[in-house]
Amino acid sequence: MTIFHHELRQGRLSFCIWTASIAFLMAVCIFLFPEMKGEMSAMGNLFASMGSFTAAFGMDRLNFGTLTGFYAIECGNIMGLGGAFYASLVGIAALSGEEKGHTAEFLLVHPVSRIRVIAEKLLAVLAQLLAMNAIILALSLGSIAAVGEPIPWRELLLLHGAYLLLQIELAGVCFGISAFLHRGGVGIGLGLAAMMYFLNLIANLAQRMDFLKYITPFGYCEGADIVASGRLDPAMVCCGMLCTAVCIAAAFVQYARKDIRI
Amino acid sequence: MDAIRTENLTKFYGKARGIEQVNLTVARGEFFGFIGPNGAGKSTTIRTLLGLIRPSSGTASVLGMDVARDRERILAQVGYLPSETAFYPGMRVRDILKLSASLRRMDCSAAAARLCRQLQVEPDRKAEELSFGNRKKVSIICALQHDPALLILDEPTTGLDPLMQREFFDILQERNRAGATIFLSSHILSEIQRHCTRAAIIREGRIIACDSVEALSRTSAKRISLRGSADLSGLDGVRDLQSSADGASFLYSGDIRALLSALARSSIQDLSVSDPDLEEIFLHCYENGGDPA
Repeated sequence: MTIFHHELRQGRLSFCIWTASIAFLMAVCIFLFPEMKGEMSAMGNLFASMGSFTAAFGMDRLNFGTLTGFYAIECGNIMGLGGAFYASLVGIAALSGEEKGHTAEFLLVHPVSRIRVIAEKLLAVLAQLLAMNAIILALSLGSIAAVGEPIPWRELLLLHGAYLLLQIELAGVCFGISAFLHRGGVGIGLGLAAMMYFLNLIANLAQRMDFLKYITPFGYCEGADIVASGRLDPAMVCCGMLCTAVCIAAAFVQYARKDIRI
Repeated sequence: MDAIRTENLTKFYGKARGIEQVNLTVARGEFFGFIGPNGAGKSTTIRTLLGLIRPSSGTASVLGMDVARDRERILAQVGYLPSETAFYPGMRVRDILKLSASLRRMDCSAAAARLCRQLQVEPDRKAEELSFGNRKKVSIICALQHDPALLILDEPTTGLDPLMQREFFDILQERNRAGATIFLSSHILSEIQRHCTRAAIIREGRIIACDSVEALSRTSAKRISLRGSADLSGLDGVRDLQSSADGASFLYSGDIRALLSALARSSIQDLSVSDPDLEEIFLHCYENGGDPA
Protein backbone atom coordinates (compact mmCIF):
# COMPACT_ATOMS: atom_id res chain seq x y z
CA MET A 1 0.00 0.00 0.00
CA THR A 2 2.94 2.34 -0.65
CA ILE A 3 1.04 4.47 -3.17
CA PHE A 4 -2.02 4.69 -0.87
CA HIS A 5 0.09 6.03 2.01
CA HIS A 6 2.04 8.30 -0.31
CA GLU A 7 -1.21 9.78 -1.67
CA LEU A 8 -2.49 10.44 1.84
CA ARG A 9 0.77 12.17 2.75
CA GLN A 10 0.70 14.27 -0.43
CA GLY A 11 -2.91 15.31 0.14
CA ARG A 12 -2.48 15.99 3.86
CA LEU A 13 -2.36 19.79 3.70
CA SER A 14 -5.29 20.13 1.32
CA PHE A 15 -7.29 17.67 3.46
CA CYS A 16 -6.61 19.61 6.66
CA ILE A 17 -7.52 22.98 5.11
CA TRP A 18 -10.78 21.80 3.53
CA THR A 19 -11.86 19.74 6.54
CA ALA A 20 -11.05 22.52 9.01
CA SER A 21 -12.82 25.14 6.86
CA ILE A 22 -16.02 23.13 6.39
CA ALA A 23 -16.12 21.97 10.03
CA PHE A 24 -15.45 25.50 11.30
CA LEU A 25 -18.20 27.07 9.16
CA MET A 26 -20.67 24.38 10.21
CA ALA A 27 -19.82 24.82 13.88
CA VAL A 28 -20.28 28.60 13.55
CA CYS A 29 -23.72 28.03 11.99
CA ILE A 30 -24.73 25.62 14.76
CA PHE A 31 -23.54 28.01 17.47
CA LEU A 32 -25.62 30.79 15.86
CA PHE A 33 -28.79 28.66 15.90
CA PRO A 34 -29.96 29.31 19.53
CA GLU A 35 -29.66 33.06 18.97
CA MET A 36 -31.52 32.91 15.68
CA LYS A 37 -34.19 30.47 16.87
CA GLY A 38 -36.14 33.24 18.62
CA GLU A 39 -36.20 35.38 15.51
CA MET A 40 -37.11 32.53 13.23
CA SER A 41 -40.85 33.18 12.98
CA ALA A 42 -40.18 36.61 11.40
CA MET A 43 -37.31 35.25 9.30
CA GLY A 44 -39.40 32.26 8.26
CA ASN A 45 -41.98 34.62 6.77
CA LEU A 46 -39.20 36.54 5.02
CA PHE A 47 -37.62 33.40 3.55
CA ALA A 48 -41.04 32.08 2.51
CA SER A 49 -41.75 35.26 0.53
CA MET A 50 -38.66 35.24 -1.68
CA GLY A 51 -40.52 33.62 -4.57
CA SER A 52 -38.48 31.34 -6.77
CA PHE A 53 -35.40 31.50 -4.55
CA THR A 54 -37.42 30.06 -1.68
CA ALA A 55 -38.21 27.03 -3.80
CA ALA A 56 -34.72 26.82 -5.26
CA PHE A 57 -33.18 26.30 -1.83
CA GLY A 58 -36.06 24.16 -0.50
CA MET A 59 -36.93 26.77 2.10
CA ASP A 60 -40.64 26.50 1.35
CA ARG A 61 -40.75 22.98 2.76
CA LEU A 62 -38.49 23.28 5.80
CA ASN A 63 -39.05 25.00 9.11
CA PHE A 64 -36.14 27.28 9.90
CA GLY A 65 -37.26 27.41 13.52
CA THR A 66 -36.19 23.80 14.12
CA LEU A 67 -32.62 22.61 14.28
CA THR A 68 -33.36 20.01 11.61
CA GLY A 69 -34.71 22.58 9.13
CA PHE A 70 -31.95 25.04 9.92
CA TYR A 71 -29.26 22.36 9.69
CA ALA A 72 -30.62 20.93 6.42
CA ILE A 73 -30.43 24.31 4.68
CA GLU A 74 -27.52 26.19 6.24
CA CYS A 75 -25.15 23.36 7.13
CA GLY A 76 -26.33 21.37 4.11
CA ASN A 77 -25.20 24.12 1.77
CA ILE A 78 -21.81 24.46 3.44
CA MET A 79 -21.23 20.72 3.48
CA GLY A 80 -22.73 20.23 0.04
CA LEU A 81 -20.71 22.86 -1.76
CA GLY A 82 -17.53 22.55 0.29
CA GLY A 83 -17.56 18.77 0.14
CA ALA A 84 -18.38 18.77 -3.57
CA PHE A 85 -15.48 21.08 -4.41
CA TYR A 86 -13.03 19.10 -2.28
CA ALA A 87 -14.20 15.74 -3.69
CA SER A 88 -13.90 17.05 -7.26
CA LEU A 89 -10.42 18.39 -6.61
CA VAL A 90 -9.02 15.18 -5.12
CA GLY A 91 -10.73 13.11 -7.81
CA ILE A 92 -9.51 15.14 -10.77
CA ALA A 93 -5.94 15.42 -9.48
CA ALA A 94 -5.54 11.73 -8.60
CA LEU A 95 -4.34 10.43 -11.96
CA SER A 96 -3.75 13.52 -14.12
CA GLY A 97 -1.60 15.08 -11.38
CA GLU A 98 1.21 12.63 -12.18
CA GLU A 99 1.51 13.88 -15.75
CA LYS A 100 0.91 17.51 -14.78
CA GLY A 101 3.65 17.37 -12.15
CA HIS A 102 5.93 15.29 -14.44
CA THR A 103 6.12 12.66 -11.69
CA ALA A 104 4.60 9.92 -13.88
CA GLU A 105 8.11 9.23 -15.21
CA PHE A 106 9.15 8.57 -11.61
CA LEU A 107 6.16 6.56 -10.40
CA LEU A 108 5.42 4.44 -13.46
CA VAL A 109 8.95 3.16 -14.01
CA HIS A 110 8.71 1.21 -10.77
CA PRO A 111 7.53 -2.40 -10.83
CA VAL A 112 3.94 -1.60 -9.89
CA SER A 113 1.09 -2.43 -12.27
CA ARG A 114 -1.04 0.42 -13.57
CA ILE A 115 -4.10 -1.32 -12.12
CA ARG A 116 -2.52 -1.22 -8.68
CA VAL A 117 -1.62 2.45 -9.11
CA ILE A 118 -5.24 3.26 -10.00
CA ALA A 119 -6.68 1.11 -7.20
CA GLU A 120 -4.46 2.58 -4.49
CA LYS A 121 -5.08 6.12 -5.69
CA LEU A 122 -8.83 5.49 -5.70
CA LEU A 123 -8.68 4.04 -2.20
CA ALA A 124 -6.76 7.11 -1.04
CA VAL A 125 -9.46 9.40 -2.50
CA LEU A 126 -12.20 7.41 -0.73
CA ALA A 127 -10.24 7.30 2.54
CA GLN A 128 -9.82 11.08 2.50
CA LEU A 129 -13.55 11.61 1.87
CA LEU A 130 -14.53 9.17 4.62
CA ALA A 131 -12.11 10.77 7.09
CA MET A 132 -13.31 14.28 6.24
CA ASN A 133 -16.96 13.31 6.67
CA ALA A 134 -16.28 11.49 9.94
CA ILE A 135 -14.48 14.52 11.38
CA ILE A 136 -17.18 16.95 10.23
CA LEU A 137 -19.95 14.71 11.60
CA ALA A 138 -18.19 14.37 14.96
CA LEU A 139 -17.64 18.14 15.25
CA SER A 140 -21.25 18.83 14.21
CA LEU A 141 -22.58 16.44 16.82
CA GLY A 142 -20.29 18.02 19.42
CA SER A 143 -21.46 21.51 18.43
CA ILE A 144 -25.15 20.57 18.64
CA ALA A 145 -24.58 19.02 22.05
CA ALA A 146 -22.64 22.13 23.13
CA VAL A 147 -25.54 24.47 22.29
CA GLY A 148 -27.87 22.21 24.28
CA GLU A 149 -30.11 21.13 21.40
CA PRO A 150 -31.37 17.55 21.13
CA ILE A 151 -29.61 15.69 18.31
CA PRO A 152 -31.99 14.70 15.47
CA TRP A 153 -30.02 11.50 14.83
CA ARG A 154 -31.96 10.05 11.93
CA GLU A 155 -32.18 13.25 9.86
CA LEU A 156 -28.62 14.20 10.65
CA LEU A 157 -27.18 10.83 9.67
CA LEU A 158 -29.29 10.73 6.51
CA LEU A 159 -28.10 14.21 5.50
CA HIS A 160 -24.45 13.37 6.19
CA GLY A 161 -24.83 10.04 4.40
CA ALA A 162 -26.31 11.78 1.36
CA TYR A 163 -23.46 14.28 1.22
CA LEU A 164 -20.92 11.49 1.54
CA LEU A 165 -22.55 9.74 -1.43
CA LEU A 166 -22.53 13.04 -3.36
CA GLN A 167 -18.82 13.45 -2.71
CA ILE A 168 -18.11 9.85 -3.72
CA GLU A 169 -20.07 10.36 -6.94
CA LEU A 170 -18.32 13.60 -7.86
CA ALA A 171 -14.91 12.20 -6.91
CA GLY A 172 -15.63 9.05 -8.96
CA VAL A 173 -16.71 11.03 -12.04
CA CYS A 174 -13.68 13.32 -11.75
CA PHE A 175 -11.42 10.29 -11.21
CA GLY A 176 -12.75 8.86 -14.48
CA ILE A 177 -12.16 12.14 -16.32
CA SER A 178 -8.71 12.37 -14.74
CA ALA A 179 -7.62 9.17 -16.48
CA PHE A 180 -8.18 10.82 -19.87
CA LEU A 181 -6.35 14.07 -19.08
CA HIS A 182 -2.68 14.68 -19.74
CA ARG A 183 -2.55 17.92 -17.79
CA GLY A 184 -4.25 19.17 -14.64
CA GLY A 185 -8.00 19.50 -14.57
CA VAL A 186 -8.72 21.71 -11.54
CA GLY A 187 -11.00 23.91 -13.64
CA ILE A 188 -12.91 20.89 -14.91
CA GLY A 189 -13.37 19.53 -11.39
CA LEU A 190 -14.54 22.78 -9.83
CA GLY A 191 -16.69 23.58 -12.87
CA LEU A 192 -18.38 20.19 -12.71
CA ALA A 193 -19.16 20.56 -9.00
CA ALA A 194 -20.58 24.07 -9.53
CA MET A 195 -22.60 22.96 -12.55
CA MET A 196 -24.16 20.07 -10.59
CA TYR A 197 -25.11 22.45 -7.77
CA PHE A 198 -26.83 24.85 -10.18
CA LEU A 199 -28.59 22.04 -12.01
CA ASN A 200 -30.27 21.16 -8.73
CA LEU A 201 -31.33 24.78 -8.21
CA ILE A 202 -32.85 24.79 -11.70
CA ALA A 203 -34.63 21.50 -10.98
CA ASN A 204 -36.08 23.05 -7.81
CA LEU A 205 -37.27 26.13 -9.72
CA ALA A 206 -39.21 24.44 -12.52
CA GLN A 207 -41.12 21.20 -12.12
CA ARG A 208 -40.64 20.21 -15.74
CA MET A 209 -36.88 20.23 -15.10
CA ASP A 210 -37.29 17.63 -12.35
CA PHE A 211 -35.41 15.07 -14.42
CA LEU A 212 -32.22 17.02 -13.70
CA LYS A 213 -32.34 15.62 -10.17
CA TYR A 214 -31.42 12.25 -11.66
CA ILE A 215 -28.35 13.80 -13.24
CA THR A 216 -27.00 15.89 -10.39
CA PRO A 217 -26.00 14.24 -7.11
CA PHE A 218 -27.38 17.30 -5.30
CA GLY A 219 -30.80 15.85 -6.27
CA TYR A 220 -30.67 13.13 -3.62
CA CYS A 221 -29.11 15.53 -1.10
CA GLU A 222 -32.13 17.84 -1.02
CA GLY A 223 -32.59 18.48 2.71
CA ALA A 224 -36.33 19.21 2.40
CA ASP A 225 -36.99 15.85 0.70
CA ILE A 226 -34.80 13.89 3.11
CA VAL A 227 -36.37 15.44 6.22
CA ALA A 228 -39.90 15.06 4.84
CA SER A 229 -39.55 11.45 3.64
CA GLY A 230 -37.06 10.24 6.23
CA ARG A 231 -35.00 8.52 3.50
CA LEU A 232 -32.90 9.14 0.40
CA ASP A 233 -34.57 8.76 -2.98
CA PRO A 234 -33.40 5.25 -4.01
CA ALA A 235 -33.80 5.86 -7.75
CA MET A 236 -31.65 8.99 -7.68
CA VAL A 237 -29.03 7.31 -5.49
CA CYS A 238 -28.93 4.30 -7.85
CA CYS A 239 -28.48 6.57 -10.89
CA GLY A 240 -25.64 8.36 -9.11
CA MET A 241 -23.86 5.21 -7.97
CA LEU A 242 -24.23 3.62 -11.42
CA CYS A 243 -22.65 6.70 -12.97
CA THR A 244 -19.84 6.53 -10.36
CA ALA A 245 -19.19 2.86 -11.10
CA VAL A 246 -19.08 3.49 -14.87
CA CYS A 247 -16.63 6.39 -14.47
CA ILE A 248 -14.35 4.41 -12.16
CA ALA A 249 -14.42 1.44 -14.54
CA ALA A 250 -13.54 3.82 -17.40
CA ALA A 251 -10.60 5.09 -15.35
CA PHE A 252 -9.25 1.54 -14.97
CA VAL A 253 -9.68 0.72 -18.66
CA GLN A 254 -8.23 4.01 -19.93
CA TYR A 255 -5.30 4.49 -17.56
CA ALA A 256 -4.14 0.88 -17.85
CA ARG A 257 -3.49 1.40 -21.59
CA LYS A 258 -2.77 5.11 -21.66
CA ASP A 259 0.30 6.61 -23.30
CA ILE A 260 1.94 8.69 -20.61
CA ARG A 261 3.02 12.13 -21.82
CA ILE A 262 5.87 13.73 -19.99
CA MET B 1 19.90 -13.53 -24.06
CA ASP B 2 19.79 -9.92 -25.24
CA ALA B 3 19.30 -7.09 -22.79
CA ILE B 4 17.25 -5.15 -25.33
CA ARG B 5 15.79 -6.30 -28.60
CA THR B 6 13.37 -4.38 -30.80
CA GLU B 7 11.91 -5.54 -34.08
CA ASN B 8 10.35 -3.00 -36.42
CA LEU B 9 9.35 -0.96 -33.40
CA THR B 10 7.15 1.91 -34.54
CA LYS B 11 5.35 4.62 -32.64
CA PHE B 12 3.16 7.35 -34.08
CA TYR B 13 1.49 10.02 -31.97
CA GLY B 14 -1.61 10.41 -34.10
CA LYS B 15 -0.09 11.38 -37.42
CA ALA B 16 3.15 12.65 -35.89
CA ARG B 17 6.16 10.38 -36.23
CA GLY B 18 7.80 9.11 -33.06
CA ILE B 19 9.96 6.21 -34.26
CA GLU B 20 9.73 4.00 -37.35
CA GLN B 21 10.90 0.43 -37.89
CA VAL B 22 13.50 0.59 -35.14
CA ASN B 23 15.56 -2.60 -34.99
CA LEU B 24 17.97 -2.62 -32.13
CA THR B 25 19.85 -5.33 -30.28
CA VAL B 26 21.83 -4.71 -27.13
CA ALA B 27 23.64 -7.70 -25.67
CA ARG B 28 23.83 -8.35 -21.94
CA GLY B 29 26.79 -6.66 -20.31
CA GLU B 30 27.23 -4.09 -23.08
CA PHE B 31 27.85 -0.39 -22.57
CA PHE B 32 25.67 0.79 -25.42
CA GLY B 33 25.36 4.33 -26.76
CA PHE B 34 22.22 5.73 -28.36
CA ILE B 35 22.97 8.89 -30.29
CA GLY B 36 20.65 11.42 -31.82
CA PRO B 37 19.65 15.04 -31.48
CA ASN B 38 16.50 16.27 -29.75
CA GLY B 39 13.35 14.98 -31.42
CA ALA B 40 15.10 12.11 -33.22
CA GLY B 41 13.16 9.49 -31.24
CA LYS B 42 15.56 8.54 -28.43
CA SER B 43 13.12 9.22 -25.61
CA THR B 44 10.23 7.62 -27.51
CA THR B 45 12.29 4.44 -27.90
CA ILE B 46 13.19 4.46 -24.21
CA ARG B 47 9.63 5.15 -23.04
CA THR B 48 8.37 2.30 -25.21
CA LEU B 49 10.92 -0.04 -23.64
CA LEU B 50 9.76 1.06 -20.17
CA GLY B 51 6.06 0.59 -20.99
CA LEU B 52 5.22 4.27 -20.53
CA ILE B 53 3.87 4.33 -24.09
CA ARG B 54 2.55 1.51 -26.26
CA PRO B 55 4.08 0.88 -29.66
CA SER B 56 1.92 1.40 -32.77
CA SER B 57 3.50 -1.73 -34.26
CA GLY B 58 6.53 -3.96 -33.86
CA THR B 59 7.81 -5.74 -30.78
CA ALA B 60 10.26 -5.03 -28.04
CA SER B 61 11.74 -7.20 -25.34
CA VAL B 62 13.91 -6.29 -22.38
CA LEU B 63 16.00 -8.92 -20.59
CA GLY B 64 14.17 -11.55 -22.61
CA MET B 65 10.71 -10.38 -21.55
CA ASP B 66 8.05 -8.75 -23.67
CA VAL B 67 7.53 -5.07 -22.79
CA ALA B 68 3.75 -5.30 -23.15
CA ARG B 69 3.20 -8.50 -21.17
CA ASP B 70 5.95 -8.44 -18.52
CA ARG B 71 6.17 -4.76 -17.68
CA GLU B 72 6.44 -5.17 -13.89
CA ARG B 73 8.99 -7.99 -14.09
CA ILE B 74 11.09 -5.90 -16.47
CA LEU B 75 10.90 -2.77 -14.34
CA ALA B 76 11.99 -4.75 -11.27
CA GLN B 77 15.36 -5.26 -12.97
CA VAL B 78 15.73 -1.90 -14.67
CA GLY B 79 17.04 1.39 -13.35
CA TYR B 80 15.91 4.43 -15.34
CA LEU B 81 17.31 7.91 -15.27
CA PRO B 82 15.01 10.36 -17.08
CA SER B 83 16.42 13.38 -18.89
CA GLU B 84 14.40 15.73 -16.72
CA THR B 85 13.76 14.92 -13.11
CA ALA B 86 10.64 15.88 -11.18
CA PHE B 87 9.72 14.82 -7.68
CA TYR B 88 6.66 15.20 -5.50
CA PRO B 89 6.47 18.56 -3.72
CA GLY B 90 7.49 18.79 -0.08
CA MET B 91 9.52 15.59 -0.04
CA ARG B 92 13.02 15.28 1.33
CA VAL B 93 15.69 13.40 -0.58
CA ARG B 94 15.64 10.63 2.04
CA ASP B 95 11.85 10.20 1.59
CA ILE B 96 12.12 10.08 -2.20
CA LEU B 97 14.77 7.37 -2.06
CA LYS B 98 12.71 5.46 0.50
CA LEU B 99 9.56 5.79 -1.62
CA SER B 100 11.42 4.48 -4.67
CA ALA B 101 12.73 1.51 -2.66
CA SER B 102 9.28 0.80 -1.15
CA LEU B 103 7.72 0.78 -4.61
CA ARG B 104 10.25 -1.95 -5.38
CA ARG B 105 9.49 -3.66 -2.05
CA MET B 106 13.16 -3.49 -1.16
CA ASP B 107 15.28 -2.02 1.57
CA CYS B 108 17.95 -0.05 -0.27
CA SER B 109 19.00 2.16 2.64
CA ALA B 110 22.64 0.96 2.72
CA ALA B 111 23.12 1.41 -1.05
CA ALA B 112 21.32 4.78 -0.95
CA ALA B 113 23.57 6.03 1.88
CA ARG B 114 26.70 4.92 0.00
CA LEU B 115 25.57 6.59 -3.24
CA CYS B 116 24.62 9.78 -1.37
CA ARG B 117 28.18 9.92 -0.01
CA GLN B 118 29.73 9.22 -3.41
CA LEU B 119 27.64 11.81 -5.23
CA GLN B 120 27.66 14.30 -2.35
CA VAL B 121 23.90 14.42 -1.89
CA GLU B 122 22.43 15.63 1.42
CA PRO B 123 19.53 13.28 2.27
CA ASP B 124 17.78 15.74 4.58
CA ARG B 125 17.37 18.49 1.98
CA LYS B 126 13.98 19.08 0.38
CA ALA B 127 14.00 18.15 -3.30
CA GLU B 128 12.51 21.45 -4.47
CA GLU B 129 15.36 23.34 -2.75
CA LEU B 130 17.96 21.47 -4.81
CA SER B 131 19.64 22.76 -7.96
CA PHE B 132 18.95 20.99 -11.27
CA GLY B 133 22.25 19.10 -10.98
CA ASN B 134 21.56 17.94 -7.45
CA ARG B 135 18.05 16.79 -8.39
CA LYS B 136 19.68 14.84 -11.19
CA LYS B 137 21.95 13.16 -8.63
CA VAL B 138 18.90 12.12 -6.58
CA SER B 139 17.45 10.62 -9.74
CA ILE B 140 20.72 8.78 -10.38
CA ILE B 141 20.56 7.26 -6.89
CA CYS B 142 16.94 6.19 -7.50
CA ALA B 143 18.10 4.45 -10.69
CA LEU B 144 21.09 2.75 -9.08
CA GLN B 145 20.15 1.94 -5.48
CA HIS B 146 18.41 -1.37 -6.24
CA ASP B 147 21.39 -2.68 -8.22
CA PRO B 148 19.56 -3.18 -11.53
CA ALA B 149 20.65 -5.59 -14.26
CA LEU B 150 19.93 -2.95 -16.93
CA LEU B 151 20.45 0.80 -16.60
CA ILE B 152 18.64 3.02 -19.08
CA LEU B 153 20.01 6.54 -18.94
CA ASP B 154 18.47 9.40 -20.90
CA GLU B 155 20.84 12.39 -21.20
CA PRO B 156 22.36 11.52 -17.82
CA THR B 157 25.06 14.16 -17.49
CA THR B 158 22.97 17.28 -18.17
CA GLY B 159 23.43 19.54 -15.18
CA LEU B 160 26.32 17.61 -13.63
CA ASP B 161 29.64 19.39 -13.21
CA PRO B 162 32.73 17.74 -14.82
CA LEU B 163 33.98 16.24 -11.55
CA MET B 164 30.59 14.73 -10.84
CA GLN B 165 30.34 13.47 -14.40
CA ARG B 166 33.61 11.62 -13.86
CA GLU B 167 32.39 10.16 -10.58
CA PHE B 168 29.14 9.14 -12.27
CA PHE B 169 30.89 7.37 -15.14
CA ASP B 170 33.23 5.67 -12.67
CA ILE B 171 30.15 4.23 -10.96
CA LEU B 172 28.69 3.17 -14.32
CA GLN B 173 31.95 1.48 -15.37
CA GLU B 174 32.05 -0.34 -12.06
CA ARG B 175 28.44 -1.53 -12.49
CA ASN B 176 29.20 -2.55 -16.07
CA ARG B 177 32.23 -4.57 -14.96
CA ALA B 178 29.97 -6.26 -12.39
CA GLY B 179 27.72 -7.40 -15.23
CA ALA B 180 25.10 -4.66 -15.60
CA THR B 181 24.07 -3.57 -19.08
CA ILE B 182 24.20 0.18 -19.67
CA PHE B 183 22.03 1.85 -22.31
CA LEU B 184 23.21 5.43 -22.57
CA SER B 185 21.17 7.86 -24.63
CA SER B 186 22.97 11.10 -25.34
CA HIS B 187 23.68 13.75 -27.90
CA ILE B 188 27.13 14.31 -26.37
CA LEU B 189 29.25 12.24 -28.72
CA SER B 190 32.45 12.42 -26.70
CA GLU B 191 30.62 10.65 -23.84
CA ILE B 192 29.59 7.84 -26.16
CA GLN B 193 33.04 7.59 -27.75
CA ARG B 194 34.79 7.49 -24.39
CA HIS B 195 32.58 5.01 -22.56
CA CYS B 196 30.53 2.89 -24.96
CA THR B 197 31.58 -0.23 -26.81
CA ARG B 198 28.74 -0.11 -29.36
CA ALA B 199 26.37 2.62 -30.47
CA ALA B 200 23.38 3.29 -32.66
CA ILE B 201 22.57 6.54 -34.38
CA ILE B 202 18.92 7.52 -34.71
CA ARG B 203 17.71 10.07 -37.21
CA GLU B 204 14.15 11.24 -37.69
CA GLY B 205 12.83 8.16 -35.92
CA ARG B 206 14.95 5.60 -37.81
CA ILE B 207 18.18 3.86 -36.90
CA ILE B 208 20.68 4.93 -39.54
CA ALA B 209 23.80 3.25 -38.17
CA CYS B 210 24.50 0.66 -35.49
CA ASP B 211 27.97 -0.77 -34.92
CA SER B 212 30.88 -0.79 -32.52
CA VAL B 213 32.05 2.71 -31.68
CA GLU B 214 35.42 1.74 -33.14
CA ALA B 215 33.85 0.67 -36.46
CA LEU B 216 31.62 3.73 -36.59
CA SER B 217 34.72 5.88 -36.17
CA ARG B 218 36.71 3.83 -38.71
CA THR B 219 35.13 4.62 -42.04
CA SER B 220 36.63 4.79 -45.50
CA ALA B 221 36.50 8.57 -45.22
CA LYS B 222 39.59 10.35 -43.87
CA ARG B 223 39.91 13.81 -42.47
CA ILE B 224 42.56 15.61 -44.55
CA SER B 225 44.01 18.84 -43.16
CA LEU B 226 46.59 20.76 -45.11
CA ARG B 227 48.51 24.03 -44.81
CA GLY B 228 49.07 25.85 -48.06
CA SER B 229 46.92 25.97 -51.21
CA ALA B 230 45.63 23.02 -53.21
CA ASP B 231 43.39 22.72 -56.25
CA LEU B 232 40.76 20.09 -55.37
CA SER B 233 38.34 20.93 -58.16
CA GLY B 234 38.88 17.73 -60.14
CA LEU B 235 38.58 15.36 -57.16
CA ASP B 236 35.55 13.19 -56.43
CA GLY B 237 34.71 12.31 -52.81
CA VAL B 238 35.51 15.63 -51.15
CA ARG B 239 33.03 16.62 -48.43
CA ASP B 240 32.78 19.09 -45.61
CA LEU B 241 35.43 21.33 -47.20
CA GLN B 242 36.49 24.11 -44.82
CA SER B 243 38.92 26.57 -46.39
CA SER B 244 40.89 29.15 -44.43
CA ALA B 245 43.54 31.73 -45.32
CA ASP B 246 46.44 29.33 -44.70
CA GLY B 247 44.94 25.99 -45.64
CA ALA B 248 41.96 23.68 -45.89
CA SER B 249 40.35 20.72 -44.17
CA PHE B 250 37.97 18.19 -45.70
CA LEU B 251 36.60 14.66 -45.50
CA TYR B 252 37.83 12.49 -48.39
CA SER B 253 36.35 9.15 -49.45
CA GLY B 254 37.57 8.99 -53.08
CA ASP B 255 40.56 7.34 -54.79
CA ILE B 256 43.66 7.95 -52.65
CA ARG B 257 45.98 8.02 -55.73
CA ALA B 258 43.94 10.83 -57.28
CA LEU B 259 44.23 12.75 -54.02
CA LEU B 260 48.00 12.21 -53.82
CA SER B 261 48.60 13.35 -57.40
CA ALA B 262 46.43 16.43 -56.85
CA LEU B 263 48.37 17.26 -53.68
CA ALA B 264 51.70 16.66 -55.48
CA ARG B 265 50.76 19.37 -58.00
CA SER B 266 49.84 21.75 -55.20
CA SER B 267 51.87 24.04 -53.02
CA ILE B 268 51.43 22.67 -49.51
CA GLN B 269 53.65 23.07 -46.46
CA ASP B 270 52.06 20.53 -44.11
CA LEU B 271 49.61 17.65 -44.32
CA SER B 272 47.78 15.44 -41.84
CA VAL B 273 45.54 12.43 -42.55
CA SER B 274 43.35 11.13 -39.69
CA ASP B 275 40.21 9.14 -38.99
CA PRO B 276 37.23 11.40 -38.52
CA ASP B 277 35.90 11.52 -34.96
CA LEU B 278 32.42 10.26 -34.05
CA GLU B 279 30.99 13.75 -34.18
CA GLU B 280 31.99 14.06 -37.84
CA ILE B 281 30.53 10.65 -38.64
CA PHE B 282 27.36 11.63 -36.82
CA LEU B 283 27.01 14.94 -38.63
CA HIS B 284 27.83 13.27 -41.91
CA CYS B 285 25.13 10.64 -41.27
CA TYR B 286 22.66 13.42 -40.75
CA GLU B 287 23.66 15.11 -43.98
CA ASN B 288 23.47 12.16 -46.32
CA GLY B 289 20.69 10.18 -44.65
CA GLY B 290 22.42 7.23 -43.15
CA ASP B 291 25.55 5.84 -44.79
CA PRO B 292 28.44 6.62 -42.47
CA ALA B 293 31.05 5.54 -45.01
